[in-house]
Amino acid sequence: MSAPMLEVRGLKAYYGSAQALFGLDFAVEKGGVTALLGANGAGKTTTLRALSGLIRREGDIRLQGRPIGALSAEDIARLGVAHVPDGRGTFTDLTVEENLRLGAYVRSDRSGVRRDFDRVFGYFPQLAERRPQQAGTLSGGEQQMLAISRALLMRPNLLMLDEPSFGLAPLVVAEIFRILGAINRDEGVSMLIVEQNASLALDLADSALLIETGRVALSGPSKAIRVDDAVRRAYLGY
Amino acid sequence: MNEFLHQLASGLALGGVYAIMALALVMIYQATQLVNFAQGEMAMFSTYFAWKLMDMGWPYWRAFAATVLISFAGGVVIERLVVRPFAKAPVLASVIVFIGLALIFNALAGWLYGYSVTSFDTPFSGRPWFGNVYMSAHESGAVAVSLCVLALVYAFFRFTPLGLAMRAAAQNPVSSRLVGIRVGWMLAIGWGLAAAIGAIAGMMAAPIVYLDPNMMAGILLYSFAGAVLGGIDSPFGAALGGFAVGVLENLVGAYAVGAEVKLSVALAIIVGVLVWRPSGLFGRRLVARV
Amino acid sequence: MSGSSGSQRFAATLAVLACALAFPFLASGYHLYQGAQVLILAIALLGLNLLTGFNGQISLGHGAFFAIGGYGAAILTAKFGAPYWLAIPIASLVCFGAGFLFGFPALRFGGLYLALATFALAVATPQILAYKGFDAYTGGSQGVTLVKPHAPFGLPLNADQWLYLVCLFCAAFLYWAVRNLASGRIGRALIAIRDQPIAAEAMGVDAALYKTTCFGVSALYAGVAGGLSAVAVGFVSPESFELPLSFAFLVGIVVGGLASLGGVIFGALFIEFVPNLADQLTVNFGESAKALPGAIYGVLLILVMFLMPTGAAGAARAAAGAVARRLRSRRGAKIQDGGSAASAAAKYGGKGEAT
Repeated sequence: MSAPMLEVRGLKAYYGSAQALFGLDFAVEKGGVTALLGANGAGKTTTLRALSGLIRREGDIRLQGRPIGALSAEDIARLGVAHVPDGRGTFTDLTVEENLRLGAYVRSDRSGVRRDFDRVFGYFPQLAERRPQQAGTLSGGEQQMLAISRALLMRPNLLMLDEPSFGLAPLVVAEIFRILGAINRDEGVSMLIVEQNASLALDLADSALLIETGRVALSGPSKAIRVDDAVRRAYLGY
Repeated sequence: MNEFLHQLASGLALGGVYAIMALALVMIYQATQLVNFAQGEMAMFSTYFAWKLMDMGWPYWRAFAATVLISFAGGVVIERLVVRPFAKAPVLASVIVFIGLALIFNALAGWLYGYSVTSFDTPFSGRPWFGNVYMSAHESGAVAVSLCVLALVYAFFRFTPLGLAMRAAAQNPVSSRLVGIRVGWMLAIGWGLAAAIGAIAGMMAAPIVYLDPNMMAGILLYSFAGAVLGGIDSPFGAALGGFAVGVLENLVGAYAVGAEVKLSVALAIIVGVLVWRPSGLFGRRLVARV
Repeated sequence: MSGSSGSQRFAATLAVLACALAFPFLASGYHLYQGAQVLILAIALLGLNLLTGFNGQISLGHGAFFAIGGYGAAILTAKFGAPYWLAIPIASLVCFGAGFLFGFPALRFGGLYLALATFALAVATPQILAYKGFDAYTGGSQGVTLVKPHAPFGLPLNADQWLYLVCLFCAAFLYWAVRNLASGRIGRALIAIRDQPIAAEAMGVDAALYKTTCFGVSALYAGVAGGLSAVAVGFVSPESFELPLSFAFLVGIVVGGLASLGGVIFGALFIEFVPNLADQLTVNFGESAKALPGAIYGVLLILVMFLMPTGAAGAARAAAGAVARRLRSRRGAKIQDGGSAASAAAKYGGKGEAT
């Protein structure tokens, strides 16, 4: 079994002086998909922000064995961690083309970038049609596709997505998750997906963890979590 | 009619100066939500630096290039050392720091170069261009240089990866960091660019208004008026505003109130825009804040 | 605020007042004039501190209102024969009106626009004052001269002493007025608008009205100061009211301590005497020492913002507080709040604080 892509021990995170995470332990396998579940306010988004270096954090965070807990967000991104934040984080005043080019900003292999452009347009042909369009005028689903594409253009080792289904119609969501599955299978990109839509995430993921108020309540293979009472209680209250 | 065209034309010359200063101001505003009140004094100091180089025998364009490069470096250093520590402080603190910077540059110039008014050479001397009877050679040259600067800046931001990264960092610093852009350095480069543009503005203005430590306060005011008129979040609107202010200043000065109160034109423009169309001609709708 | 520190404050205030009252009988001539100037500057700084420190609004143009007060008083006395004790209040009411009207559009969109607009005011004002079209009243670039008033009712005071006492009376009264304003409901509203504007508005504070009125009041204070200054100097001209004056006011409130009313006296002393110092140094170091006040102001603005955002008064309070804490711990359970001179100084420095 190869080393995990991401290994987290004792992750604590703070917003200013307020502590939001109280010591999380989990891992994302190489080429695997881990789902991060929990109710609103449990700390899912906080976890991603801590991992990508946007907020103050403590703990042992290793990317392919390399500690990244003290690095700046820019450096973590340059090491191949692509974080698609909640709300998509698209540059709404820039064009689709410019958004994508920014994904490739730190790369120097022009031909590789060109190929990747073709690849993302293969996954999302709607984007190809809208290349010169201002990103803010895209529909919610298209903006999500754009955000994922921008992340893919970084050639990430680890793709972290925060609520990719948020605000999108079910058909669109299904399409996006199908493509995420394809990306994971065909390119071996490891993924950490935060999702409110538990069943969708559990279908895609091979392991999952449930967070409650900043602590891990449950973790394990996704098949086991799916039938677990704790998850049902957390979401449906019974 | 002749007189009118002459006023119009020479208004364009200083208008070009205001246009590029306004551009520099808006660049910093877009990235930081702050107006650099020290922009004028920094430009004046750069102009003195160029003058000193030429005084030591350097040919004009070499002094020009050296000044632009050193001003760029200076802008980067100032952002890193003086501006950055106040990035999270309230706006008031930054404004006070900028005023402090302005006072220091003004004092430095006075101390190093004296307070007497000096003349400043222009590379565009001799016969007016194209037999133009309305503008002197320098005025034509100044307009040309301003338009060049505007074109180069536009091209830089539109077509280069670094320019794209800087635009991204200004609009959405968080997402920019997530793609690996070093946002802090983008800000520093922005300040460097603004300082370099200011230096060019100063060197174009000095042959017209003469070199003295207080030459830029009025010019800064006109540039503010241009930026407000064009829209403080629209770089090229601001540049257009700068040209408009230059022409207005001259025309109102010549035909309405007299040249000695031209500065009140700038005041009137600023207050007028705030009353009637606060977002400026090209800016986005401004929401009245509580 | 415990009873003992309250009475400490009162005692300190009385001490300061006593010194100030004794001053004109101990000093004379130029020093007396400087004393009056310090009081005048303190009045202007009180107004600006109310605006910037308590209400968080930036003004780079209070020199213009100082000018309106000065010119107003000068024109009313010299051209219309009004007595100074009428001219100054009228001129300051005009300033209030001007400030209110100016503030109205300028305050709507946040601090930066106000800063720009007031900057424009400061830069444009000297030109307007020198404008030939207003020559008949303003004397153009020559300015207007005023006559120094004599002590009324045949009091045994010379003109300088009388003027100083007038300034002292005005300063004391205006200080009392702004202290009451700042520590009352209005002061709390202003602070709320500064710190949490949306919440303040939601609680029924009409932010626009408060801010505009606050701006008007600060302009009024600058106008009083300007009027008194015109009478003290005996002369107004456009050169007296250029951009550096507005910057000096800003330096004064920053050095004295933003939102510290007691600190304005530090600020006033500072901006009165630093240029004097620099002038004396030009004797030794030549023309280039003219740059010194500007350099000192600039460096200090940045340093103070960096190290002591609460200014001199804040630093004095902090230092005295640290000393007082150490004294208290040495004496164990016995709490001597006002025991040492240091903490008395702290009380003095803090007597202006509204919260």
